[in-house]
Amino acid sequence: MVAVVKRSHAPVFWLLFGAGGMLAALVGPMLVFITGIAVPLGSPLQRELLSYPRAFALAQHWWAKGCLLVVVTLFAWHAVHRIYHSLHDLGIRTGTFPKLLCYGTALVLTVATVASLLAIGF
Amino acid sequence: MIDGGGARRPYIRSMRGWWRRDPFFRRYMLREATALAVLIYAIVLAVGVWRLAQGEAAWNGWLAALRSPWSVLLHVVLLAAMAFHAWTWFEIMPKTLPMLFFHGRRIPPAAIARSGWVAVVCTSVALFALARWWQS
Repeated sequence: MVAVVKRSHAPVFWLLFGAGGMLAALVGPMLVFITGIAVPLGSPLQRELLSYPRAFALAQHWWAKGCLLVVVTLFAWHAVHRIYHSLHDLGIRTGTFPKLLCYGTALVLTVATVASLLAIGF
Repeated sequence: MIDGGGARRPYIRSMRGWWRRDPFFRRYMLREATALAVLIYAIVLAVGVWRLAQGEAAWNGWLAALRSPWSVLLHVVLLAAMAFHAWTWFEIMPKTLPMLFFHGRRIPPAAIARSGWVAVVCTSVALFALARWWQS
């Protein structure tokens, strides 16, 4: 006899949440500082760091491409999972629509990033 | 009928703003709110990758947007939120991990949190050094 077990998909999302949270904790603060503060201000890093030829060459490299993909997608899946589970704390009734909105945002970001990175090429 | 048939209106305490009642709950909500910063930053980066794929003009537009004072201000807030996320992530880590043992002794929760914070400092220094090396 084969037991039919309806498996929960919760562990998948929890794993993405955990991995994204760990990555955001380790590299998030410095990445924000580099791309959002140091390079735009030109100090203590040069603006030239993210000039088009350099950024394009970086995004073409398979290793950096992988890093970009992992950072954007894991950050997104971590964040939407946490936001979704905080809705209850704010007294917002959770259901299909909030769930679709939250995880859909992460899915859209994932698809857009994969498509862009493929368009940039290798 | 003791309750006077339908006229009974039990007092139900409102749960609105429950988290503002206690510093512990406020800190909990602030911790959960860091997810907004992580999401905003993921969107900023995703837009950047998307603009990069569209060519030089689009990419330069994204760079120019990042140079605006509002963007820098936003990133200062994002940086504070990310730092708070990193701090609390390892602070609660001993509670989310199964108990760890070393030579038959339980590793104290404070040691787990501390090694996490050390790891954050190490990766941050390494990332900054990598950026410095790459620009030269």
